[in-house]
This record gives sequence, structure tokens and C-alpha cells, in this order.
Amino acid sequence: MQAVLEHSPPAGATALNQTKARGKRTGLLLLSPSVLLLLVWSIVPLVMTLWYSVQNYNLVDPTLHGFAGIDNYWYLLTDPDFLHSLLNTFVLVAGVLIISVGGGTLLAVLYDQEFFGRGIARIMVISPFFIMPTVSALLWKNLMLHPIYGVYSAMMRAVGLTPIDWLARFPLLTVMMIVAWEWLPFAVLILLTAVQSLDGEQREAARMDGAGPIARFRYIILPHLGRAISVVVMIETIYLLTIFAEISVTTAGGPGVASTNLAYLIYSRALLQFDVGGASAGGVVAIIIANIVAIFLVRAVARNLEA
Amino acid sequence: MALKTKTSTRIGVTVLGWGIALWLFFPIFWMILTSFKSEVQAISTPPKLFFMPTLSSYGEVFERASYWHFALNTVIVSVGATAIAIALAVPAAYSMAFLPSKRTRGTLLWMLSTRMLPPVGVLVPIYLLARNTHLLDTCTGLAIVDMLTNLPIIVWMLYTFFREVPAPILEAGRMDGATRWQEMTMVLLPLALPGIASTALLSLILCWNEAFWSLNLTSSHAAPLTAFIASFSSPEGLFFGKLSAASTLAVAPILVFGWISQKQLVRGLTFGAVK
Repeated sequence: MQAVLEHSPPAGATALNQTKARGKRTGLLLLSPSVLLLLVWSIVPLVMTLWYSVQNYNLVDPTLHGFAGIDNYWYLLTDPDFLHSLLNTFVLVAGVLIISVGGGTLLAVLYDQEFFGRGIARIMVISPFFIMPTVSALLWKNLMLHPIYGVYSAMMRAVGLTPIDWLARFPLLTVMMIVAWEWLPFAVLILLTAVQSLDGEQREAARMDGAGPIARFRYIILPHLGRAISVVVMIETIYLLTIFAEISVTTAGGPGVASTNLAYLIYSRALLQFDVGGASAGGVVAIIIANIVAIFLVRAVARNLEA
Repeated sequence: MALKTKTSTRIGVTVLGWGIALWLFFPIFWMILTSFKSEVQAISTPPKLFFMPTLSSYGEVFERASYWHFALNTVIVSVGATAIAIALAVPAAYSMAFLPSKRTRGTLLWMLSTRMLPPVGVLVPIYLLARNTHLLDTCTGLAIVDMLTNLPIIVWMLYTFFREVPAPILEAGRMDGATRWQEMTMVLLPLALPGIASTALLSLILCWNEAFWSLNLTSSHAAPLTAFIASFSSPEGLFFGKLSAASTLAVAPILVFGWISQKQLVRGLTFGAVK
């Protein structure tokens, strides 16, 4: 190839250009099925949601139809339930992220240490990630936290305390704990790999220089985890913004709207109250919020991953 | 002195490591344990750790709901969605990794951003579209939706794996007269197989546990295990034995699968970001 180029540069350059042009076409051709499908997948429902959101459309009341203008949005945005559920959404995302990233980092360091039976202990720690959300919600609601028959209640009684009906008294906090239980293992899984990839010599050198465990964690391990943490934050946020099964199974959003997030609010509007117009307006708002979050996240993560 | 602190630290780490592991794993352990209790034993207070195991709960679950019907639906949907997604994503990732253009980075980020559309935001149109195309409550419909929700993440993961394959190896193949198809199937795929495998594993787990679409788009015919479990939730609230048996049945395959494949999975989950 090199030789050809040296002997007859113009001809070689044309050939190269032709290959490049062909490569471009092939690239486009190979890419197009995925891109087209995702384009349809992201645009068609979006346009439909936008359309329904300005219509009067209720599945149980066909007499009510026609253009609604911004009525659906007005009802939604002035509904105290909406603000409440918006706040709950952010509390859930932030709470679970803090628990799973903070706890995950500490556990990653812990399970990086050598100890007896570490392999089995690690498998136990990551197991909750494989449990489907409906099952983990049922497990916690009934077997663990049931005020009479739950194991946690029995433990509290055993030490002389009165068992607490967690889901009735602290619905949002309890849902947060259940979701954190599912996602903490995911954070551990990724952060542990990152900690293990840390150069052993570097750590040893720091120890030789007299850096204590806290200094080593702060100045050596933590900076190294930046990329892994941003991956955890991005993937978890995608899923946490739309927590659904856990709420549906444990509290059904209640009591009142105490544990209703935006996803559950829209669901109850659409499938329980059959208000397609109102639910669609909620959907549009949810999409806008997700996109605002996405812009920040994708930027941050892209920067971290390209580095 | 130094040795002494080291020993005590090691004991501390062992106790802490096992303590946290047991605490996090306890709900799963208790679920499996309760599934072998009779209903009376299951709600005894204080809870029993030692008892005569019985299979009566499993018997009743199998009698009441056709577990295999739900399990088969889950397998069909998960495997189908994963297979189609991989088949679509391999060429796309190949194109991005080896024939990059100015728009590659933007395309990738855009794909990822479609994943951030909250499913609930488009629930109504998807539900109505599925109803009008008669895909509501079919495995095909659910598999298509699962496939599309996971496609962006799969493309991105494959892209990061493909980028690790040195381009000169592929070029060498082309010099020897390999077509793009041969290059992809005979050179690239064998090299990137571990990456593809871990991507497929993650996709399988995500599809297996996907609850939102499966609860909203299926009712009976195509209902997967997530719906099977949900059906045991409210009326069976206090039948802990049956509930545990059904839960164990629903998660056991993917749990064992996860244990076996966890090393492979880590590679995929880390997006090539942590080497």
C-alpha cells in the first residue's frame, strides 16, 4: 500500500478516496437499521403523546372529545399531586444514588481486601441485582417488613421495641430503601472492578510514603473511580427516574400520594382513570424533565468516557 | 506490634465483609427458606429458622397457576428481544467503530438519549399502537418493545468492545481479499465474542426483570413471570409460603444464571470504561 502510494501518488489518492467514499456508504448502510428503528421509536410515540395531550380524550367518556388546548397541562401543573409527585421523583433518585454510590464505593474498597470466603461473600452482595423488582418489592413488603409476621418486626419485638408499619408510616423512605437494596449491588459490581484495576504498585508506593488508609482512599482510589462512578450514575438515573413496579406492588402510591412519583402518577391517570389526555400531558412533562436531566448526564458522562 | 494490628484488621475486615454480605443476602435466603414452609409455619411468630421442610407451597403454586406458561413467555421474550437487538447492533457498532464519520459521536449520544425517554411518557401511544396492530398481549409485541428499549445500550456496549479490537487486524483480512461480511463474521466476531456475550447477558437480565411494559402490555396470553408474581401479590398477601415459592420460581433461573456469568457480566457492565 505504502509502495503504491509512493510511486503514483495521484492514482493512489483517488483509489483511497474511492475506498473512503465506499466505506462511508457502507457505514451508513450498516448503521441505518438501528438508527431508523430508534428514530421511529422515539418520534412516533412522542408526536402521538403531544397530540393526545391537547385533546379531550377519556376512554370511559366518549362524549367528551375535541381540542382541549392547554387545559390538560393546566390541570396537571396546578394539581398539588403533580408537584408532590415531582418532588418524590427527585427524592427517590437522589436518595438511591447517594446510598448506592456512597455505599457502593465503601463496599468496593471492603471487598477488595483479602479475607476468608471473599468470593462467596461477593456473590451474595451482588445477588439482589438479579432479583426482579416485583419480587423484591413483595419480599420486603411481606416477609421482611410486615408489621406482624415480618422478620424485622420480630427482631424489633425481640429487643423490646414496638414493630413499625414501615410502608404505612414512612412510605417514601421505605420504597427508597427497597430500591437502594436492588441498585447498591450494581454499584458494587462496577466500582469493585474499577478498584481492582487500580495499579497495585501505586498503592504500595503511597503506603511506603506513609499515607494512611484514609489518605490513600481520598487521593488514590477516589480519583481513579471517577469514570466508573459516572457510568453508575448514568445507568441508575435512567432506571430510577421511572421506578414503577416497586411502588405499584408495595404502596400503590399511597397513602394519598405520599409515595407517588411522576411515573406512577401518569400510570394511575392513564390506566386507572382512563384519562388519556391528562396522562399524555403528564407524559410530555416527564419527557421534558428526563431530557433536561439527560443533557447534563450525557455531557458529564461523555466527557468522562472520552478522557 | 505491627503484626498484631494487621491480624486484628484482618479479623475486622472478615467480620464486616461477611456481616454485610449476609445482611444484604438475607431477604433472598429467607424467601427460599419460607418457600419450603407450610403456610402455618410461614407466619409463625417468632419466625422459625428450623422446621420440617415441605413442598406443599410449590405444589399449590403449580396447581393454581401454570408456571411453565409464564416462564416460557419470559424466555421467548428475553431471548427473542436480545437476539434481534444484537443482530441489529453488531452492524451499527461495526460501522461506528471502524467506519467512523464526523457524526458518529453525536449519533451515539443521541441513541443513548432515546433510552432516557421515560417509558411512562409514551405509555398511552404505545399501548394504543399495540392495541391497533393486535400486538397487545403477544410475545412479539413485548419482545419488540424490550428490544427497542435495550438497543441503545447494546449498541454502545458493542461499540466500546469493538474499539478494543485493533483495526490493523481487520485491514489485514481485507488485504487478503475478505469482504466486509467475511471481515465481520470471520475476523471481528470471534475476537469480540466475550464482549458480545456479556452484552447479551446484560440484555437477558434486563429483559427478564423488566416490569413496566410487561405489566402494562400483557394480560394473560403473553404474560411473563413479572406478571405471574404480580398476580400473587394482593390476594395472596398473607400466604407467605405460596408467595415465597412463586417468587423463588420466578427468580431462580436468572439468579443462577447471574451467579454463573457474573465474571463475564462485569466486563459488559463496565462499558469498557474500567479496564
